[in-house]
Amino acid sequence: MSEFLVTTAFPYCKGCGHHLIARNTIRALEALEGVRPLDVVFATDIGCHGIVDRILATHTVHGLHGRSGALGAGIAMGLSRDKKVIVFIGDGGATIGLQHLLEAARLNVNMTVVVHNNMLYGMTGGQPSGLTPCGFNTVITPDGCTLTHYDLCQLAHSAGAAYACRVIGQGNFSDAIREGLEVEGFALVEVLELCPSHGVKRNPGMRLKALAQEVGYELGTWRGNYRPAFHLDSREELPSLLEVPGVETRFTPSLEGRATVVVGGSAGEGVQRAAEIFAQAAMASGLHATKKGSYPVTVGVGFSTAELVLSRDPIAYHGISQPDAVIITSTEGLQHNLERVQKMKEGTVWLDESLERPTTGAEVQVRDFRGRAGPRNAALYSLLTFARATNVVPPEALVEAVKESPIGKHVPAELLE
Amino acid sequence: MPVTSESHLALVDGSRLIAESCARAGADVYVGYPITPASLIYAYASQRFPAVLPAPDEITTLQWMSGLAAAGRLPVTATSFAGFALMVESINMAYMMELPLLVVLVQRLGPSTGTATAGAQGELFLLHGLISGGYPLPVFGVADIGDCWRLPPVALRTAVELRTPVVLLTSKEMATTERSFDLAQLEEIEPIQRMFYDDSAPYRPYAADDTLVPPFLPVGNGRHQVRLIASTHDKQGLLRHSTDEALANTRRLQEKVEAKTPVLYDLDEQEGAETLVVTYGITSGAAREAVAAVRARGTAVSLLVAQTLLPIPDVYYEILGRYPRIVVAEENLQGQLARLLFGRRLPQNVRVVGSIGRMIRPDQIAQEVEDK
Repeated sequence: MSEFLVTTAFPYCKGCGHHLIARNTIRALEALEGVRPLDVVFATDIGCHGIVDRILATHTVHGLHGRSGALGAGIAMGLSRDKKVIVFIGDGGATIGLQHLLEAARLNVNMTVVVHNNMLYGMTGGQPSGLTPCGFNTVITPDGCTLTHYDLCQLAHSAGAAYACRVIGQGNFSDAIREGLEVEGFALVEVLELCPSHGVKRNPGMRLKALAQEVGYELGTWRGNYRPAFHLDSREELPSLLEVPGVETRFTPSLEGRATVVVGGSAGEGVQRAAEIFAQAAMASGLHATKKGSYPVTVGVGFSTAELVLSRDPIAYHGISQPDAVIITSTEGLQHNLERVQKMKEGTVWLDESLERPTTGAEVQVRDFRGRAGPRNAALYSLLTFARATNVVPPEALVEAVKESPIGKHVPAELLE
Repeated sequence: MPVTSESHLALVDGSRLIAESCARAGADVYVGYPITPASLIYAYASQRFPAVLPAPDEITTLQWMSGLAAAGRLPVTATSFAGFALMVESINMAYMMELPLLVVLVQRLGPSTGTATAGAQGELFLLHGLISGGYPLPVFGVADIGDCWRLPPVALRTAVELRTPVVLLTSKEMATTERSFDLAQLEEIEPIQRMFYDDSAPYRPYAADDTLVPPFLPVGNGRHQVRLIASTHDKQGLLRHSTDEALANTRRLQEKVEAKTPVLYDLDEQEGAETLVVTYGITSGAAREAVAAVRARGTAVSLLVAQTLLPIPDVYYEILGRYPRIVVAEENLQGQLARLLFGRRLPQNVRVVGSIGRMIRPDQIAQEVEDK
């Protein structure tokens, strides 16, 4: 008995092609020099092919239907390249998990996928799969499948497989599998076979070779240009994410208690960055600060609102229901904050002069943010204006924070004067 | 804010601390698929983790993670509901195979794609029923910025020591909101030391002693055969239909998680209090402010902030039993934690403060506490 087996009692139905695939895979392993059973990991999944693991002396991982391509890729990426990862998968699994196979081919993961293509779902009663050829009878298509099949080898080849090969599952085809195991990177071997319980029964007298020729299942080998196999780089110790510039407390806070400020503008106009700088200025003056962002999923269009909470005491709750101040620099900012502004009974709304004055119980201060600073700097300038007028954050702290920020040198000096 | 020469004040978001904390605890590979608002963790992880793999979808993400875990790695990913939904079958697989991995679930407003940039606490029901058959999955909830640092190592250690997938639950408002924070107060994180089976006797991947957790050994090792399997199986890792040994193994999955999931919570009890506020996650901040305000107005009140969310620790019931009135605050419409604690028909003495699309305010909680 082969050292790769724990028993020769193969678990398949009489006449099933899976038997020959298992035997030829074992032959291929035996033909490899220096490969021992514990150098090999079989990843199998749901489908009759998957019951092979009980006869194997190798490592075995038995997963979900169609996912063994990705599971095997994960294993292969986690192991050194001298290990052999073999994925057993059926034609149904190969189509539900097609993306997994294409991605592993694209990455050139060091693994060998053996597709048991009996052209239907054998375990569940003989339903058609994406590899069922046109004209093939199944329980669901008793008059013949009307669709053409995927060409898995061509797909894998075009995705970047180092090696793809289609063979008829008869006799000794172990050389095809052996080459797959020897090649550096991703290999896919598609073995055509017939399910005795469903395929043979519904397609009496069908010969595999004739069928392959008739439906365009081209037999052959597709070799990719040489690419090194994927290697999961383990990088040297990288800098800590805590290595961020610290904020020094060097200004005196004027704020007593807590202040809540909302800045509403347009995406792409630096609203969030301006609010971050404002929060850092608050910190530099001894305050606690939070900055919550609110924006649509799009990055460069739509509104962008930042909510700032500033406090002498630690801030556990960073939401704002009734802001002390709302600063609006654009139409989109106003639209997004309109309900909030309309509900305000007190506080101040700082409004760009281009905007229509909303109904509100708050005091309204109209300023020229956009005209003076331009759209890019309108939010930052509005916060500078707000700081100068209210001293919630010392204006000099904000000016310093702007200068020290990554955008400092792009902000016109006259805005900071 | 006291500032000493040792302080390191910075404006940071929770994602930064979660990524750094995971890396320090020994997570060695991050598998990413972008989704708002979890992508920030992906971005930080790409700067910090020893290895980063961009996956083509979330099913692949969890399958790669499972394969990497089988090979002895300790993988992490972060996602939100739409991506998490695709991971569910594979999390079940990793649960049955007993593979350690961590999923950070950043909650956002649902249903479906809902509002990707609005926070929520809507996934507790989902997590409660995540494992087919009703088996418990360890879930820890981030209650404040400090938890972004403290809980990832707890979650990863649980994954390793219990051989299980673990979910760290947070939300958009914790992952992306920036706060002033003194980084110097963060405590050192001890890296997790992986212990692999090293006996000379043949390895049985699902043979556990009284600890309920079988020793782990990666596939590909040169000493012992390793069999991992998602279907019902015996101690050796061979598929069995429903033998006594196999069903005992399946029962053990429940027993180990029930018995061994670390119990973490923050209990702030006040003498004479008749009301206990119960909360978790992002609402914890509002609850703390509410409790402080109520106390300042002269009413005694206690607060339980749950960090271990699932399986629900027995000690929560002991604490709840001490109070005639319970106020549960969480950012969903159903009162998901409340109903997991008390059932669908809530007892008269249990009130729920809920919300969608808006963070729960401290005054909403305080009002419920004071409205007797």
